[in-house]
Order: sequence, then structure tokens, then C-alpha cells
Amino acid sequence: MTEKVKLLHHVEAINWNRIQDDKDVDVWNRLVNNFWLPEKVPLSNDVQSWNTLTPAEQQLTMRVFTGLTLLDTIQGTVGAVSLIPDALTPHEEAVYTNIAFMESVHAKSYSSIFSTLASTKEIDEAFRWSTENENLQKKAQIVMDYYQGDDPLKRKVASTLLESFLFYSGFYLPMYWSSRAKLTNTADLIRLIIRDEAVHGYYIGYKFQKGLEKVSEEKRQEIKDYTFELLFELYENEVQYTHDLYDGVGLAEDVKKFLHYNANKALMNLGYEAMFPASVTDVNPAILSALSPNADENHDFFSGSGSSYVIGKAVNTEDEDWDF
Amino acid sequence: MAAPAAQRNHVALPTHAAQRVEVSPPAGPQKETGLVPTGSQLIYFSSSSENTSRFVAKLGREVARIPLYAKDAPLLATRPYVLVVPTYGGTGGEGSVPKQVIRFLNNPQNRQLLRGVIGAGNTNFGDNYCMAGDIIAAKCQVPHLYRFELMGTPEDVTRVNQGLDTFWTRLSQTQK
Repeated sequence: MTEKVKLLHHVEAINWNRIQDDKDVDVWNRLVNNFWLPEKVPLSNDVQSWNTLTPAEQQLTMRVFTGLTLLDTIQGTVGAVSLIPDALTPHEEAVYTNIAFMESVHAKSYSSIFSTLASTKEIDEAFRWSTENENLQKKAQIVMDYYQGDDPLKRKVASTLLESFLFYSGFYLPMYWSSRAKLTNTADLIRLIIRDEAVHGYYIGYKFQKGLEKVSEEKRQEIKDYTFELLFELYENEVQYTHDLYDGVGLAEDVKKFLHYNANKALMNLGYEAMFPASVTDVNPAILSALSPNADENHDFFSGSGSSYVIGKAVNTEDEDWDF
Repeated sequence: MAAPAAQRNHVALPTHAAQRVEVSPPAGPQKETGLVPTGSQLIYFSSSSENTSRFVAKLGREVARIPLYAKDAPLLATRPYVLVVPTYGGTGGEGSVPKQVIRFLNNPQNRQLLRGVIGAGNTNFGDNYCMAGDIIAAKCQVPHLYRFELMGTPEDVTRVNQGLDTFWTRLSQTQK
């Protein structure tokens, strides 16, 4: 079927010296500072490690990465682009073009991993799997449908859930390998993607909340109901997808905790309270620490035993110390 | 004030005509020199995303907010306090501490009364998760009391409230 492409009717020269929303500048700068390319990551150092994986583990890894490639491709060519006509400011439009480009970098970086580690035949087989796996295709279809719908707020919800939730069934695996000192360079590359997705989810979620401020209470309730319905629909599918991928290696239950944890963060990016209780978000500490080395409780004064900690006396720092 | 771009025509967005311009609110009665004293024992910074602000609201404590804009009158702490500071993540080091928080801590009295830091952030930022809290804790030699993500979960709220109660009790027993 053919659809009319939605474009802006009218564009004026963007003036970065007239800012309506400081967040646009902050996020633009953050994204530019975070810019990276896969060519800078020494993936070839993982070849030896790759060869220590069993054929089944290798196949799982390839499949996970083609699944991620599909999501990044959607977000780069449809998702981020579909948000441009709804932008509240011209600078927001520019930020989406940055996001769209980075998603294409992400999508391409999986191909860098593939060409470093696998044969053409294995690569082709993994891509074929990605077109044939029902649950992967379904998740792509659900999101694509919302991008083509006519509600700007719903598009932002779908986009934030993609950035902050749908990637994580895939991101789990490289964090798992990294926690076992395998494919560590690949994990470094994935961490760069994970960092970018956090900024994307944060920003789109922020713009969603700005948009929500302008609508009636009734509409707000409708959008909230819609958000939770969509999350449930995607969640059920993610669970199936997780079993498809991870049952063979016995990791599905562990992955699901990671899904719950990230679903909560996706909701928070949209300004909603976390939904999954702590009892099902207790992510394996090894995975959490592969994600962020100081995320574990031992780094907190409150959470630790506390008794061994000497309470510091405030030191009078000099003014110059704060000139940074 | 309103940028000319505000008149632009965006497609299919009837609600978008009047919604722009997030320009800083006009400066209040205080001039730049006027400090606003606060006896709050929890002082926080939050950007317009309001994540940290939502978290501290859930604590139900008396709080004071570090102003977002340079033209707003700066805060002056008058009692020992804990600072809640978010990290907007990324490349770490320089730029991790929001400039508004640097401005606040540039006041020697505010530094002197600081007793601890609570960091907000996102584990997606890896090594830089809650980096601003780490930097301030190291520079001021106070403990980094707790870390939470985005606007915090119910468990974070409980732990921080309990932790702060214990912290202030212990502090009142050991100091003075």
C-alpha cells in the first residue's frame, strides 16, 4: 500500500541563537559529545574469544544481534524520522535527525561485529532467521503500526518504549558474555549503543511529557491507558521472544528480570511510575555490574553496612576547586 | 522573548500553536545579589525533565531546589544538608556536575554545610552512572549516600527516607 509521507509544510532557517527549550541544546551537545563509530572499537580482539563459544552460543549471539539490527533500522529510518513533523521546536527537529543518524550507525555496527567474527554464510543465515522469527517480526510490526498512526503522543510512547525497553532482550546477551570475560570488545561497543539509547529515551520521553502538558485531563488519561496497554502487548511478545532465543541456554528467566527492570525505566522516561515490583526486577548483579561498574549496592553508604564508614567532616574546599 | 520560529507551521498539530517558548521565567523580586536562605536539610537540583524533583517530592520531606537559571536568586544553606544531584550522563569528567550545582557549591557556606550526596542517574551511562555525585563527594569529602535511577522506584523512596533518618540521627550523636 502507498501512504502519504508526512513532512513539514514550512521550514524556516534554524536559529541556534534563539532557543525556546534549553533541553534541545543540552541533548544536542550530549549526543555530539557521545558520538562514536564502530571502526574505533577493536572488535578483532574478540576473534579468539568468539572461538571459545559453542556453535549454539554463536548462533544465539548472531540472532540476538540481527534482532537488534532490525530495531535500530526501524528507529533510524522510520521511528526518529516520524517524530520530526510533531516537533515543538526547530531544534527538536534537528535533534531527531541526529538520533536517526546514530540509529543507523548502531545498525551498521552490528554488521561490523558480524564481519569480524562470522562467515558470510553464518551472517546470511542469521538475517534469514530474523525475517522468519514470528515474535521478532511481530514486535517490529507493532511499533511500525504506531509510527504510522496519527497521534503524535502515541508515536512518542512507541518510540520511547522501543529505545528504553525493546532493545533489552538483546542487550542482555553481550552483558552476559562480558560478565564472563567473553567478547569484551563487542560489549564495549554495545555499551556505547546502550548509552545512546538512554539519551534518546530520556529526550523523547521528555518531549512526550511536554506534549502531555498541552492536552486535556481526559486525553492524558487516554494516553496513559494506551501506554500501559502497549507496554503489556509488547511485554507479552518480548517474553515469547526471550524464550525463543534463550531457552536453549537456560537464561530466559534471568533475561526476564532484565526486561522488567528496563520496562520500569521506560515508564519513568515517560513520566510514569515504575510498574514491576522489586521482587521481579532483581537483575543478576553480574549483569548490572557489566552495565555499570558502580551500580551495585556496595557503592552506597545507606545500602552498605554503614558501620565501617567514617562520616567525613566537611572540608573547606577552595573556590578554585569548583572552577570546572 | 518568543523566537520568530514560533510561528512556524507544523503539520497536523492543531495543539501546537501556542505551546512554545520555555524561556526562563522573569526574575523574581530578588536581584542577583540577594541570596535566598534555606534551612532545608535536603537540597536538590533538577532540570526541566523534573525527574529528580519528582523523586524528592515522593520523600515527603522539606526540600529546597537549586534554581535552574542564573538570573534567579541563589540559595544559601543555613543548616547541615544532603544534596541530591543528577548526572545527565555520557562522557564523564568535565561537565558531569550541572553548572547550577557548581554555582551553588561555589559558595563556601554551602560547601561547609554539605554532609552527604545522593546521586541520580541511569546505569546505561556505565562508568559515569551518578558521576556528579562521585565528583562532589570526593571534592567535599562527604559520603555518596545512595544512587537511584531517573525518578526512583518505591523501594528507592523507602531506602532513602530510612537512610536519611539514620544518617541525621547518627550525625547528631557524633557531632556537637
